[in-house]
Amino acid sequence: MTTVSSVAPRTRRNVELVLLLLAVAIVVLAYVNVGLSVSGAFPPGLVTHGTGLLAISLAFHLLLRWKAAYADPLLLPIVTLLNGLGLVMIHRLDIAEGRDITEGLALRQLTWSALAVAIAAVVLWFLRDHRMLRRYTFTAAVVGFGLLILPLLPGIGRTVNGSRIWIGLGPFTFQPGEVAKIVLAVFFAGYLVQTRDALSLAGRKVLGFTFPRGRDLGPIIVAWVLSLLVLVFEKDLGSSLLLFGLFVSMLYVATERTSWIAIGMTLFCAGAYVAYLAFGHVQARVHLWLDPFAPDQSDQVAKGLMGMAAGGLLGTGLGRGRPDLTYFAESDFIFPSFGEELGLVGLFALLVLYVLLVERGLRTALGVRDGFGKLLASGLAFSVALQCFVVVGGVTRVIPLTGLTMPFLSYGGSSLLANWSLVALLLRISDVARRPVEEVRTGPSPSGEAKTEVVAIR
Amino acid sequence: MSELTLTIIRLGLLVLLWIFVFSVVGVLRGDLYGTRVVSRTARKPAPAARRGDGQGAPQKRPKRQPHSTAPRTLVVTGGALTGTSLPLREAGTVIGRNPECALVLDDDFASGRHARIFHRDNAWFVEDLGSTNGTFVGTERLTGPVRVEAGSTLRIGKTVIELRR
Repeated sequence: MTTVSSVAPRTRRNVELVLLLLAVAIVVLAYVNVGLSVSGAFPPGLVTHGTGLLAISLAFHLLLRWKAAYADPLLLPIVTLLNGLGLVMIHRLDIAEGRDITEGLALRQLTWSALAVAIAAVVLWFLRDHRMLRRYTFTAAVVGFGLLILPLLPGIGRTVNGSRIWIGLGPFTFQPGEVAKIVLAVFFAGYLVQTRDALSLAGRKVLGFTFPRGRDLGPIIVAWVLSLLVLVFEKDLGSSLLLFGLFVSMLYVATERTSWIAIGMTLFCAGAYVAYLAFGHVQARVHLWLDPFAPDQSDQVAKGLMGMAAGGLLGTGLGRGRPDLTYFAESDFIFPSFGEELGLVGLFALLVLYVLLVERGLRTALGVRDGFGKLLASGLAFSVALQCFVVVGGVTRVIPLTGLTMPFLSYGGSSLLANWSLVALLLRISDVARRPVEEVRTGPSPSGEAKTEVVAIR
Repeated sequence: MSELTLTIIRLGLLVLLWIFVFSVVGVLRGDLYGTRVVSRTARKPAPAARRGDGQGAPQKRPKRQPHSTAPRTLVVTGGALTGTSLPLREAGTVIGRNPECALVLDDDFASGRHARIFHRDNAWFVEDLGSTNGTFVGTERLTGPVRVEAGSTLRIGKTVIELRR
């Protein structure tokens, strides 16, 4: 493992503030653009939405100044911009669907954003050191797997659009899988930091690959079976891919062994092929992927593709396209909606923002000094990257379409809650990573009393 | 609203988006310059495991001591990390296998936090932090803090560390 530290650590909170104001300004301009092109006047909800977003992000910025002064200065502006642009697009779809501003989805999304930021603030407030989470490794395992199977329980599980990934409690519905992603990343990090020596040292070398011993294959088999169970019973390809990809990538980060990736890819391909042969809904997705314009099937992908084609290089301009023709234009298909109205140039700006977000997560993993933090930060960053790949790959026909949300852009409360908490965790880890060494080392370190270690390879 | 105004706003939005992206990238430059890369897995014992310690990175070195025998750096002369050197800090340099240590040893016979070299009353001392296999100065196993000077040799597990001016 390698650690990268800055020579002269600076908090750079002022840079964060400037970028944050720029992000809110871009969102306000986009909002004005929608209003002007749809009705020719300044939109009536500008003050509500604009000040709402500004208040939310400034409050979080102040909390960072107070509680995590050395946290990464780029995460918050990037996330604010993505969340704000998502709001604008959802508002624009509200207008197209003829929904009033008071009952539109945009206002609900703004409320969810405020709630998500509040929860992220609570996470940042109470979690003073990310190493506290290591104590709850196996609690996280139980909670994570519990959240995954929660939608299967009769009574609270809901089947929406063919996938059983929702739970309903009274009027509220929630996707527990989004939160399970974070909780399971905590479990994987805690588990792998204990076992990585055995997983990376023992094994035999065949054709330049070091293959693990049979008994060390246990964990990856368990993760594989679990992701297949999600695929079969909840009919959710996206979560299944995300769960297994997260585990394999963290295994690779922990052990530095390419053979784990080879084994993981082989297992996944085998599992996906068997699922394709056995289940109708998987077959339908694959056919939709290979031939989206064929008759007698969903034309969702085709409509998304036509929308992006209509956008061209510079886009039709916000409010001038017809993204509302696609179903789920505000959640699963928000990316083609942006492609239509902002064009390829705008779409790539959004993609680069996600790349930068993931890069900050991986940079945090490089900078932090403890193995658990490294694994957790890289796992969280990778889960965002994988989720973006699955969504963008699905709508652009790189892989079969799966039902996942674009982090921060898509409409959906559970997605916002989970991803803001994820960013709060990354901010906390980056605060520890960037804090000057002298400040960190005051007081005994939690692992300070560690004696000579013996690697248990059984 | 005229078509021209709308086009200007539409393109201005795209330009602003990319300005945002490039200003983020501009802040990122801080990661490329002025960082120190510490590799923890020394595969080959030969080259110095700590890149950038020598030239690029401005490190706060302890002030020149009146004693000509005061050590200023430690150099690993035996074991897996041979060739590594590290400036001593007055606040204390902790040596051990724990990734939080200033010198992270790749040595099965070293403890998590094995020993500490620190500065007190114009002299440098080394103390054992309750390690399993002990710290040796010369051939003597440490029982308490012992004063060291430039040229002293410490042994921790299989690692030999020499203090130099």
